[in-house]
Amino acid sequence: MIMTESLLVNLSVVVLFLPLLGFATLIFFGKKIPKLYLFEVGILFGALILSIIIMYGKLTYFIDSDIVSKFRWISFSAAPLPGYLNIELGIKLDNIAVIMLVVVNIISSLVHLYSIEYMHGDKRYSRYFAYLGIFTFSMLGIVLTDNILMMYIFWELVGLSSYLLIGFWFEKKSAADASKKAFIVNRVGDIGMFVGILILFFNYNTFSFDSIFEKISAGLLPFGSEAWLTAAGILVFMGAVGKSAQFPLHVWLPDAMEGPTPVSALIHAATMVAAGVYLVARIFVMLTADAMLVIAVIGAFTSFIAATIAITQTDIKKVLAYSTISQLGYMIMSLGVGAYAFAFFHLVTHAFFKACLFLGSGSVIHAMHHEQDIRNMGGLRKKLPITYLTFLISTLAISGVPLTSGFLSKDGILAGTLVFGKLTGHWLIPFFGFTVAALTAFYMFRLVILTFHGEPRDRHKYDHAHESPFVMVAPLAVLATLSIFIFYTPNPIAPDAGWFLGNWVKTPEQVTPHTTRFDFMIPTETESHVHSEIVNSELYTETMHWAHYPAMIMSILLGGLGILIAFVFYQWRKIDIDKLTEKIKPVYNFSLNKWYIDELYEITFIGQTLNFSKALAWFDNNIIDGIVNGSAYVTRYASKLSGLFDIYVVDGLVNFSAFFSGFLGLTFKKLQTGKVQTYVVLVVFSVIILLFFFKPF
Amino acid sequence: MHVGLTHFLIVSAILFTLGIYGIVTRKNAVMVLMGIELILNAANINFVAFARYGNFGLGGQVIALFIIILAAAEAAIALAIVLNIYKTFSNVNVDEIDKLKE
Repeated sequence: MIMTESLLVNLSVVVLFLPLLGFATLIFFGKKIPKLYLFEVGILFGALILSIIIMYGKLTYFIDSDIVSKFRWISFSAAPLPGYLNIELGIKLDNIAVIMLVVVNIISSLVHLYSIEYMHGDKRYSRYFAYLGIFTFSMLGIVLTDNILMMYIFWELVGLSSYLLIGFWFEKKSAADASKKAFIVNRVGDIGMFVGILILFFNYNTFSFDSIFEKISAGLLPFGSEAWLTAAGILVFMGAVGKSAQFPLHVWLPDAMEGPTPVSALIHAATMVAAGVYLVARIFVMLTADAMLVIAVIGAFTSFIAATIAITQTDIKKVLAYSTISQLGYMIMSLGVGAYAFAFFHLVTHAFFKACLFLGSGSVIHAMHHEQDIRNMGGLRKKLPITYLTFLISTLAISGVPLTSGFLSKDGILAGTLVFGKLTGHWLIPFFGFTVAALTAFYMFRLVILTFHGEPRDRHKYDHAHESPFVMVAPLAVLATLSIFIFYTPNPIAPDAGWFLGNWVKTPEQVTPHTTRFDFMIPTETESHVHSEIVNSELYTETMHWAHYPAMIMSILLGGLGILIAFVFYQWRKIDIDKLTEKIKPVYNFSLNKWYIDELYEITFIGQTLNFSKALAWFDNNIIDGIVNGSAYVTRYASKLSGLFDIYVVDGLVNFSAFFSGFLGLTFKKLQTGKVQTYVVLVVFSVIILLFFFKPF
Repeated sequence: MHVGLTHFLIVSAILFTLGIYGIVTRKNAVMVLMGIELILNAANINFVAFARYGNFGLGGQVIALFIIILAAAEAAIALAIVLNIYKTFSNVNVDEIDKLKE
């Protein structure tokens, strides 16, 4: 097949709208036509095949050039402020977009397949698939867009579909509350993103990423100052803080686990929450050093908090949720330290193994009849062999064990933080990074051991457990397979050597002025710089080489340590875990209660909002209502007065004139006696009087 | 004594006044009609007198003749009306015939 740019663009438009077609069909006809959900599932697999073709075409024929196709959406010839205003929407196919396209479609189609069995018998079965369809559509929109306005539109659409799917079982109060919480917390971040977009648009009069970056690289700064550029970057990043559940807006994601488990896998682990990372990757080139530092610190802190919380949670999905937050923090941190390619690499690998973990947990929950507490599980290895195997592979990947995809990407990120620490002196960030690596291995193996190893703690449920059917384990197998290194690089210890990082994804050069960049983000002027392959300083490249093996060895050691401790605590029971928790009760409770962040928000934001609302309600009840009631009273009183005036004065006048006319009539009707003689007398006297007064002679 | 215009006018005025008096005071419709005849005749005297003493030619005489004829016609019609009134009300008292008032 001959790949042309327009073919790829057309195909990607088809891929974008296919899930929307599925959504519309299911929403309108889902209840009437049975088995229509199979159409939606089929559509998704069609979209998957097309997106693989797109990726193949892009990476084979256009690997070094971006394909951009735009059309004019709105055109104001004479808008008051900028003079003229053209808003263009469009599609941008660059390497990360086509890779994301395939990742989203793989996971989405597998989740569709999985859901056929998992959601079987649900009373809103077809609606569930419709929501999955609109989610996939919105997510693909984020991936494919070439401008920040369209990204914002689809950003809100994924927020909506996330809201609908978290609250899918809205009869449960906890699910309804969780969906509201997710929606509101995301709004906080989106406000920042919106303000950031406005700053950019106000200054550059365009929404297109490429045009904005061109203007920045030409030396145009927002409002002429570097501080505003930093502010714009951080504000747009706020959107990612909300969507990717970064501290301090991470509180919605654990609650979002109230949704169906396949939804958690698709939206709240693999794709939507990664949209924040994708957004930061999109604006990466315009981030100043200050903005990057903020991003790195937030990412590092988030991953640390979430990892410390995950080690004490007992709900299987909550552990995975905090693990997701922690890994997202990793990616954000990685972008912050300038390791763009590794961040995106981790986004892809994490999407696969985390989706596998969530779908695996769904398989466990399904088998255990909706039991989610790992304290009641155990020994499931024998009952669910395939689930166990895939879960274990994904756990190895997330723990960073060699030969897995997670090892490659995590190692890259850790090396990036190490270089960052060495070059800038911010050693806290690599410290957090390595600590989290150990914690991750610990809590993930704790989860595996408590769930699958040892003796069953709930004998009744254990006896009824059985392996999930084919449509549920097949996606697990696919995703677990994709967690193996061979899909990304032939060399299991050198991620850069493979095609993924070697050819497909490269860190772009920043467009910000040199004075606002980290020194290591300024390419050293050499002759080979002509091809703009090199985006970092020579020092950075050298340090990266230096950091490669130390980071790898430390990450293996720390990961191994974490796994070892998990086995000591939970498998071999060498240390009595209950006594230990008793000894460190305050620390344990601090972690179990999620750093009391929810409680803190409860007191501060929610409580103060409630108090403020109460004050406003009081103001409403007493002042506003008082004014309204007072004016009503005045009006009533005035009407009463005017009523009285009407009755007595106006009616009086009318009645009086009527009475007067009547009186006159009564009086003068006596003149009309009907007697001719009277008339004659009157006539005679009248004539006499007239003659007397008007003497004619 | 020389009989002049003034005398005719005085006689005419007396007749007119008597006519009015008759119209006003009599109850009987026939008597009222007779009062009207007196007034007409008073007018006739005036016309003739002015024709005699004035400088109007024979116009006054001619009009007097017209009035006589007119009076005859009027008397005929009025008596017919009175006859009808009598048939309806069984009397000819003018002050009792006031049905039109209602």
